[in-house]
Amino acid sequence: MFAAILLFAAVVGVILFIAGRFTGKRDRVVAYLYLAPVVLMLSVGLLYPGLRTIYESFFNAAGDAFIGIDNYKTIFTDSEQLVVLRNTAFWVLLTPFVATGVGLLYAILVDKARIESFAKALIFLPMSISFVAASVIWKFMYEYRPDQGNVKQIGLINQVIVWLGGKPVQLLIDSPLNTFLLIIVMIWVQAGFAMTVLSAAIKAIPDDIVEAARLDGVTPWGMFRFVTLPAIRPAVVVVLTTIAIATLKVFDIVQTMTGGRFDTSVIANEFYSQSFRSANQGLGAALAVVLFVLVIPIVVYNIRQLRRSEA
Amino acid sequence: MSTATPVTTTPPITPEKVSASEKAKKKLTSPWASLVALVIAVLWTLPTFGLLVSSFRPERAIKTSGWWTFFSDPKVTFENYQAVFDPDGINLADFFLNTIVITLPSVIIPLCLASLAAYAFAWMKFPGKNVLFIAIFALQIVPLQVTLIPLLTLYVDLGIANTFWTLWLSHSAFALPLAIYILHNFIKEVPSSLIEAARMDGAGHVAIFFRVLLPLLTPALAAFGIFQFLWVWNDLLISLTFAGAPEISPITVQLSNLSGTRGTAWHLLSAGAFVSIIVPVTVFLLLQRYFVRGLLAGSVKG
Repeated sequence: MFAAILLFAAVVGVILFIAGRFTGKRDRVVAYLYLAPVVLMLSVGLLYPGLRTIYESFFNAAGDAFIGIDNYKTIFTDSEQLVVLRNTAFWVLLTPFVATGVGLLYAILVDKARIESFAKALIFLPMSISFVAASVIWKFMYEYRPDQGNVKQIGLINQVIVWLGGKPVQLLIDSPLNTFLLIIVMIWVQAGFAMTVLSAAIKAIPDDIVEAARLDGVTPWGMFRFVTLPAIRPAVVVVLTTIAIATLKVFDIVQTMTGGRFDTSVIANEFYSQSFRSANQGLGAALAVVLFVLVIPIVVYNIRQLRRSEA
Repeated sequence: MSTATPVTTTPPITPEKVSASEKAKKKLTSPWASLVALVIAVLWTLPTFGLLVSSFRPERAIKTSGWWTFFSDPKVTFENYQAVFDPDGINLADFFLNTIVITLPSVIIPLCLASLAAYAFAWMKFPGKNVLFIAIFALQIVPLQVTLIPLLTLYVDLGIANTFWTLWLSHSAFALPLAIYILHNFIKEVPSSLIEAARMDGAGHVAIFFRVLLPLLTPALAAFGIFQFLWVWNDLLISLTFAGAPEISPITVQLSNLSGTRGTAWHLLSAGAFVSIIVPVTVFLLLQRYFVRGLLAGSVKG
């Protein structure tokens, strides 16, 4: 570990030493020197592998025969893969809106409350723990015990169902219910992110605008609709798109909670299953490329919104 | 919760709740606003709390009754924590150490390289600057999944497969686009008069970087450092791909394995989960001010 840190410190040291030789107006040499390690690492670590994967997505399972777009055909026609696509759609449509909604509601509710920072920390804390730990926490919530004799429920959700007079449900096995239960875990993690960013945006609204609206007798709903929402609109877009991108790439939750079984797989998880478990490199690569293609429009929309808000 | 909420282009907020929330702004006078906030806070805290309570209950108790019975029948034990640290059993201590070994270089390396690059982008003029900056910014959208298989092949060819190098290099490369973007945003805010003054005094780029910028940049470096720390500490996908071997795999991989193979060993899972949580939560609580700054710099411009 220390060897690695020292090695990189040495690299940076050499760059700085050489850069120190060039004083005055010779920006160009120093700039390229500063950027060289970054460009090298990004080319080898992101650019080359990305292009390589696109290339490999046109090959068969073993990666030794060109099969054109057959992998992509499989993704969009095979019944198992269609379930994966359906689940991904559920995830990416539900998570950003519900997480942002909860985050916004909570940000407004605790704004200027006496224990604001403590109240915010409660919601924000799940963001600092791993998806794996979050999955363990929620798996315990969803735990099921068969409905017989003296067997008591140890998962809270099923216990609540029993208390309400219902029968315990195999929550993580029943499809499509299980997919929505996994989505709840992601919402639980992401709401804190939404709350933090939106809370900062709400606090940045100039007081005189709020005062003027209040003097005009604007109703609370009108205040939200015509003052708060337009003012924080750019932040809402950023939050929605950031969570959408994170959701598309989510792998840990599905992997830890169900392993993608019982019809819960999503593209990001199916990529892992196909590439490393089913030894179908071509299909895995194609799934990764589909993921990439789905992310692009979200990012482009995000950037366009940012530009518009700056103009 | 999730099934009932309609998908709309505006956040799903009902009028009554908002009118209540506006009253909440006047120092939480409305009981409804307080109630809704309380319900959300409880929903967000209860799952973690339940598992925490369980981690201190005896194995038999965990398996036969719910954690809420703890309050009527409190029995506390540290056996679960002892069990996960058993050198002949799950041996979480080794995986914990692996996580630390993986995390530190994976935070320090990209921070060093990104601050050099961010400085160049913010304060230097050179041909191709805009194109290169946009290219690096755009690389943020590449999902990690797209890069994993070719990287694995590359690491095997280089002979570094199943060593920590695979993780250090991957985490560092994946972090660079966001690190450069965040640090660049911070550096841009430094008044150019400061840099100009240092130049007039005859300071070169290295002197400017260390004497003028570095002190000002500390909060930004801290912000991204915490960001990257949490991300690497909590990662599963990259570790699972490159560090399948137990000698180098981090705690998340072991926890995920436990969850798969011993789905009902709740006494081990609950204690294990809290061992894995303790460091990131501590870091978060101590440094949340910087973390939030980093979050805002990375998502909302300005």
